[in-house]
Amino acid sequence: MMDFLTSRAFKGTVFVLLVAGLIILPFFLRPFGLLLVAMWMVHAVAALGLNLTLGYAGQISMAQGAFVGIGAYCTGLMTLAGVPYPVAFLCSGALCFAIGWILGYPALRVQHHYLAFVTLAFSTLVFLVMRNEEWLTNGIYGLTDIPRPILFGWNTGKAKDFYFFTLLMTSILAFCVWWIIRSPWGRAFVALRENPVRALSLGVDTRRYTLMAFAMGSSIGGFAGALYAPLVQFFEPNSFSLTLSLKLLLMVIVGGAGTFFGPFIGAATEVLLPEWLRIAQGYYLIIYAMLVMVLMMFCPTGIIGLGERLISHLRQKKISSERSAQAQVMGADKPGQKEGAGQ
Amino acid sequence: MAAFIQLFVSGLATGAIYALVAVGFMLLWQTSQTINFAQGEFVMIPAFFVLWAIKILGVGFWPAVGIAVVASLLILGLLFKRAIVDPMLRHGVLPLVISTIALSIFLKEAVKDFYSSQAQPFQAMIPSEDLNLFGAVISSQSIFILLIASGAVLGLNKLLNGTRLGRAMQATAQNPSVARILGIPVERMIMYTFLINALLVALASLMISPIYLAKFTNGDTLGLAAFIAAIVGGFNQVRGAIVGGLILGVIENMAAAYISAQYRGAIPLILLIAVILWRPQGLMGRAEERTV
Repeated sequence: MMDFLTSRAFKGTVFVLLVAGLIILPFFLRPFGLLLVAMWMVHAVAALGLNLTLGYAGQISMAQGAFVGIGAYCTGLMTLAGVPYPVAFLCSGALCFAIGWILGYPALRVQHHYLAFVTLAFSTLVFLVMRNEEWLTNGIYGLTDIPRPILFGWNTGKAKDFYFFTLLMTSILAFCVWWIIRSPWGRAFVALRENPVRALSLGVDTRRYTLMAFAMGSSIGGFAGALYAPLVQFFEPNSFSLTLSLKLLLMVIVGGAGTFFGPFIGAATEVLLPEWLRIAQGYYLIIYAMLVMVLMMFCPTGIIGLGERLISHLRQKKISSERSAQAQVMGADKPGQKEGAGQ
Repeated sequence: MAAFIQLFVSGLATGAIYALVAVGFMLLWQTSQTINFAQGEFVMIPAFFVLWAIKILGVGFWPAVGIAVVASLLILGLLFKRAIVDPMLRHGVLPLVISTIALSIFLKEAVKDFYSSQAQPFQAMIPSEDLNLFGAVISSQSIFILLIASGAVLGLNKLLNGTRLGRAMQATAQNPSVARILGIPVERMIMYTFLINALLVALASLMISPIYLAKFTNGDTLGLAAFIAAIVGGFNQVRGAIVGGLILGVIENMAAAYISAQYRGAIPLILLIAVILWRPQGLMGRAEERTV
């Protein structure tokens, strides 16, 4: 049982069940609930991107919220100008890829807290541009009435339709991230995180992969923004202030940096939990902040890490109980138990 | 010219406050690798200690200031170190960063929910008057702030460089293991830096709150200013943080007046990025060996 919990088959099962659950969900929820779950998916996508940069490649970025903003503005402005949604969607990703690549350059020179501050400054600069360049972004009034796409005759204007559209796009993007993680690129990212000098000496082009980690993570943030724009249909610069970047950072770490499901769990604690914990009302953020501090104290690897620790603890218990059982029946040869004890 | 002097002096005054906050920020980083993302909120909070003491305990302004300073030392110094930093140190830098981000959310929300979300007027420590200096009108507040901040910085400098205790603290910052071998109580030295930080933020809070009014979101800009000042000046030098703070205050004021009021916040950020890219050790700092 314990081995099953960490096996790939288990992860696959969870994934299938999750998707199946999300597919039947609209038949039980009201539009507001759907909006919320779609919001969770969009945040999870943005966090997936940040997880690529931070969790796998180990490059701290406090600018993911800014990329969501850039993506959202790009899609919003283009679709309002009459450009078809798929084109706008791809443009958002491409634009963020390019900007993310440039933002990666400081990471080649400085590490850790310096990088954190460069990205933090970038995030604030993007916010200022969004707020001040009224000719482009409409300033503090934001963008309104962003159309929802019509794809191959499928009008996603209604809440339920757009929910399915978000689910589809989230699945595709999540699959892409999963594929990147398992590809040689993903391995190179981990090498970069674990020991950049050794990676370099083994022939990994750390320069290129550092930039790539930023560019890829940012472009996924841009895609999240491209989904966010038609989902909310109205936004203004404050939606993408530094707070969003910090929230996304918290999501990744709280869920479990460097794990595939971490961002989904992290996003759920930020987006879904506050709604379900209505009793806490205004105090949710206080409670949340306290829980984050406690979590970081006892388990800096996040909720996923907490789960893994629990499983290994249970397994240890099982093994030791098996050992003692085996010791009691010394002499009686039972291959099954030996197998269990051997692990 | 008169306008220039006015802007310059008021910029210096704001910059002096930034410098105090930046010095505290830098001391924490040096002695315990704590990047305190709640530093801005640490400046916001003591003003609310004062308001709270006046409102709940019904004491006058000056006793309330005393209570606030003690509360800062206990909560922002002692408790912060014991309850948050100590258990996290072994996990490395990032979890502690996340924890201080959470702490900043906590402090902000606590003030918003339990005191008020409105900006609160805050009494200045001395009456505000306009002084006439070479045709420029300069607020007595600015002069007062500059005097107090210089006093604090000189005192700190005296402590760090002129006393045995200060030298022990510096040794702790530079190499804790060797300091421990030499018999310096490293733990206690680190605690002192946390207390000094608490004192500095309390001082900054008392001086800036009359200007900006006491509001729960004050920490956002102040924290960012402290980071920028510390990095621009140099992360490993007290005088670096001071110079960084002063430069930042003046540049911000000048940029607002002469370049663009909308982008006054952007100029320091651009300065920050430029310094990090071309001179990561800061304007005044020594180059550090890069850790592999």
